This record gives sequence, C-alpha cells and structure tokens, in this order.
Amino acid sequence: MENIVYVVFRRMRQPLLTLLLAYSISMLGLVLIPGQDDAGQPWHMDFFHAFYFVSFMSTTIGFGEIPYPFTDAQRMWVIFTIYATVISWIYAIGTLLALIQGEAFQNALTVGRFARRIRRLTDDFILIVGYGSIGRELVMALTDRRQHVVVLDSDQQRINVMKLQNLREDVPGFSGEAANPDNLTRAGLTHPRCAAVIALTNSNAVNLKVAITSKLLRPELTVVSRADSAEVEKNMESFGTDYIVDPFETFAMHLSIALQSPGLHLLGEWLGGNAHDPLAEPIYPPQQGKWVLCGFGRFGKAVYERLTKEGMDVVVIEATPGKTGTPQAGVVIGKGTEAATLMEANIDNAVGIVAGTDRDVDNLSIIMTARELNPDLFVILRQNQRTNKTIVKAVNANMVMHPSQIIANKIRLLLATPMLQEFMSLAKGEEDDWACELVSRLIAVSSEEVPDVWEMSVDETHAEAVYMALTTLGKVVTIGDLERNPRERKRRLPVIPLLMNHRDSLILLPKKDQQVSAGDKILWCGRYSVQSKMSWTLQHPVALEYVLQGTTEPRNWLFRRLTRQ
Amino acid sequence: MNSEKVIFNFFIVLALTLNFGFVFGAIEDPSHHPVYELFAVIVVNLIATILKFGDRTQVGAILLSTSLVALLQLFVAAIIWFVANYVTGSGLTPAVMASIVSLSAGAVLANVVSVVLLLIETVMLRR
Repeated sequence: MENIVYVVFRRMRQPLLTLLLAYSISMLGLVLIPGQDDAGQPWHMDFFHAFYFVSFMSTTIGFGEIPYPFTDAQRMWVIFTIYATVISWIYAIGTLLALIQGEAFQNALTVGRFARRIRRLTDDFILIVGYGSIGRELVMALTDRRQHVVVLDSDQQRINVMKLQNLREDVPGFSGEAANPDNLTRAGLTHPRCAAVIALTNSNAVNLKVAITSKLLRPELTVVSRADSAEVEKNMESFGTDYIVDPFETFAMHLSIALQSPGLHLLGEWLGGNAHDPLAEPIYPPQQGKWVLCGFGRFGKAVYERLTKEGMDVVVIEATPGKTGTPQAGVVIGKGTEAATLMEANIDNAVGIVAGTDRDVDNLSIIMTARELNPDLFVILRQNQRTNKTIVKAVNANMVMHPSQIIANKIRLLLATPMLQEFMSLAKGEEDDWACELVSRLIAVSSEEVPDVWEMSVDETHAEAVYMALTTLGKVVTIGDLERNPRERKRRLPVIPLLMNHRDSLILLPKKDQQVSAGDKILWCGRYSVQSKMSWTLQHPVALEYVLQGTTEPRNWLFRRLTRQ
Repeated sequence: MNSEKVIFNFFIVLALTLNFGFVFGAIEDPSHHPVYELFAVIVVNLIATILKFGDRTQVGAILLSTSLVALLQLFVAAIIWFVANYVTGSGLTPAVMASIVSLSAGAVLANVVSVVLLLIETVMLRR
C-alpha cells in the first residue's frame, strides 16, 4: 500500500504543479485587474472571491460573474484563465486515470493485496513453487485434506487457471519469478506459519535456488524439491534439502515395483491411497517374457533403464528417435498407433505393453490396436491429463499410471507421514511373500476401504499419560498395551504397527512385547476413528492405567485411604 | 549541477523568505502585511510541498511533514483573514491582524526547519 501512495505522488507531481500554477496566475490576474461594482465605482476583487470564481470556473460548473458583472478587461482575462485551468484539470485527471489503469500500478496493487493476504494467514500453510502438472495434482491433493497452500509460479496464465479451478480451499496465488528471494518472502517463506516449501518448477536451476533460499532464510523448514538429474540432487543434498524427488525416477520405480513385486505395490497403493477409497484389486503382471515400450522420452528412458536392469526383454517404439535418442538394440521407429509398427515390434509374442507417450490419445490408440493384435497382453497405460479420466477408465487397462499424480501423492505422504517413506524403503528389502502376508493382515483391519495411516510420537504433548508413566512412574509400556481397546482391554483395536523408531533405530513391524520408551515414534495403520480411540490410552492417565493393569485406582484422597485399608 | 535540485532548493528557500517578508513589520499594522504577500506565500508553499512528494527517504519524509505544518498554519491564517472580512465584517482589526501574523510566524519556523534539514543533507552528502 505504501508503495502505491508513493507511485501516485511521484507521478502526480507534474500535473499538480501545473494546476497550482494555473490557479494562482488566474487568481492573481483577477485580483489585479480593476472592475466595477453595481454603482459604477471602481472595485477590486479580493483573493477569496478570486479563489471562489476560479474554483467553479475551472471545473466548468460556472455560476456566472459574481459578485458584480465583469468589465471587458476582466472578461478577456477570464477567457485566458478558462482555457488554462480547464486544460490543467484535464491533464491532471488524465494522468491519474492513466496511472490507475497502467500495468505498473495494477501490478503494485496486486502485489500489495497478495502480501496483505499472506500476512493475515493464521493457519499453517505450505508454499508450493511451480504450478505445472505435478503442482496442480499436489495442490488438489493437499486442499482436499484441508491443508492450506500458497502457490507461486512465474506464469500468470497458470495462476489464472488455478483461480478458476474448483479447489476445496481458497488458495492465494502469485505470479512472479520464483528464483527471486523477494517473491518467495512475499509468498510467505518467512511467515511463522509456513510449514514447508516445495519446489516443483521444471527448471533445475530455479528449484535449486528456491531450496537454497529456503534453507538459508528458514533452516528449520521442511524443504522438498524436484530434481531431474543426479548432479543437482547431490547439490541439493549438500545443503540439507529434506526430500528430493526425481519425477522420472519415481515413476519408473513405481512401475518396476508393480511389475516385480505385486504384493509390495499393492501395499503401497493401500497405505498411500486416498481416504475412504475402496481397496485396489491386486494385479499380477507377467514375470517372464518380452515387453513393448512405446515412447522413449524422459519417462520412457527411466522406465527402460529400470526394466532392463531387472533383466526384462524390452522393445522400444519411438516416433522421433532423432530427438529422443534410442537404446542400442530393439528399436522400432513409428508411433505405435498403427498395426504395422506393432507387428514389427513383434507384439504377437510380447506379454505386455507400456503405452508411455506424453499424449493420451496416442496411448489409447496404441492400446486398442495392440489388443486387437494380441488380446492377452498385459496393458500399462500412462495417463497425462486428469481431464481424460473417463476415456482412460473406459479402455480398461490393467494398470493406469498417472505420473503427476504418483509424484504428487509421494510428496503429500512425505509431508504428512514421513515414516511411511522409510517403511516402504525397508519393505523393498523384504520378499514379496512378506508383503502379501501384510496385505492380508491389512484386509482384516481395514474393512474394504483404504486404511488410515498416522504417526504417533511418545512425547509430552501427543502422549502425555504414556510419557509420564514411562519417565516419572517408571512403568513398562509395550506395543501390545497400546493396541488394547481402552474401553475393554481384552479386545484389541484394529491396528497394525508398521514401523517404530525406537531409540534411533528402526524396527519394522514391531512385535506386541516390544517396549516403548519416551521419544519413540510409531507408524500405525488401521481403521478410521481408531486413532482417536487410541489417544484415550495415550493422553488419559486413568485409561492408561486400566489398559496396563486392568484396574482403576481411586482418584481422590479419601477413597485412596479407604481402599488401602 | 542538477537543475532539478536547483528548482527544488529555490522553492524551499523562497517559501521561507516570502514567509519571513510577510511576517516582518509591526504585528498589528495591516499596512505592514499586504494580502498579496500572503497569497504568494501560500502558493509557493504549495509548490514546495508538491515538489517534496514521492521522496521515500527519511529526510524526504521530514521535509514533507514540515511543509505540511507550514501549509496548515498558513491556511488557518487565510481563513481568519476571510472570516474577519466577510463573515463577521469586523475588518482587519489589530487583534485579527496579530493572530494572522503570528500564525504565519509559526509557518516561518516550519520553513526554517525545512531549510536547515536541506542544508544538513547537503553537507552530509557533500555532493
């Protein structure tokens, strides 16, 4: 606001001076030129009447010649002053209007309005830099969970698109160069309620700048950044960026887990799914045989690398090999949408096809053609646009992979339940049977819908009763105790402890007799509303006592005396 | 030499000198304080104020505020002059003249502060 006042003042200096000059010369002339009163006596106008006359004349209101009719000499002067003052007014008003409509002024207004809005935020919010396809998915996922976000993007067009989108929360958006620290500050980087910064632009340099700025200005802030190359990733790691996400690598990893260990993939889908969604059906992709991969762009390359590393036989179909480059062997040039290209890639003998180009129409066409040639194919479809959901669903592919959504979901989970990430990477080291067993346990606790996953820390604020019991009363609390139902201790809550951070060491699927100590963190998974039931045990000393011993001690002094005797 | 600086300083000093000229003389005698001079003082002070618009420095802010003080004093003096002549019709009695001149004298003080600040800034910058 301050800014705008100064802009107006500086630009209005010239017109105001002109107006002042025109007024004072006109007034002086009127005072000096002699006139006549109604009796024909010589009369001089005074400054007050001169100011009055000039005021109504210059604004073209025109009350007439007062207090006495003018002499011809006065009229001549008035002719001059009419033009001088009216033109000065037009000049002043014109400048003011041009100023208000000017882009610079409007920009200053927008910046001021946005900064005020951010300053007034009273809830925790996450600053998202870059509103591309991943940013869009992430904003949608976060606002669906009632998380406040602020968006910064260098493209005004994208911010406009966001404002028109039907988001659940009101999202303040600002277009400005993201690499500029001033813009980051304006968007709330130094705001005390800013909980995390996520850099998702498609430029490595900008992401790097955003990450380093955030870490310098607010070292305690969680910073998540996208990085498209290993080099940038290392650079970001060096100054303590909390999480670094490579979209292509993430997508390829997701795909390869799906192909290699279906159990683990299913586990990931269930634990990371959207609240109250039905549980996804398990899928069993063929483990042996030849795969056809359409599209060898950045996503395609990452997928190819993964698949060949896992020892699979892959044939690549690419329309513009000159642009994308090709692997050493097994390339067919073409789009993959025609039968001839697919035949050349030997689709008859393939077990599966990955339609992975960046155009949804091409992908759909590839799948329909390929299915005609070989109906038994296992089909993986890459979906690019959220809006194509209905047609993508209609084609009924075995697996649909939406890269932006996968990555946005991963970032969302990193922010909400960072332990789930550690759990999944530990789970990768286990056999697929282990995952399948856990999946069947999950079915038992989750009742047909995606289970709730949450972190619990044994500290004074989140588990006061347990913390006090462990530290001051010296009691022993085990995982099994926490699983008990605080209403009826013989029954157990439908939960599974997935991971435990016990005295700085990680325990995968802790056993029932595992002891809990102060400062531990536990990742739980279970039915919805179980979390609030469990917090009785965590927070309420009487409930905890009942859960631990099955007894309830009298709480007041008199009854304590009575029961002791 | 900067022509903008010359004009700026010119008006600020002129505001002071004209103001001083108007106040100078026997305080109750209307013939020592011509109304034309009051008019000129007000106009020049207005010009000086507008010239001070848009300066974002600390000194700029103080300069602007001294000008606003001077203007306020002068406007009140002009209103008293108007009321005495046209509303009450008492004319420029010694008491009225004294209050007009003393108000303008206050404006002189504000203008002095303005000029002193200007000098300080110039000396500090040595440019």
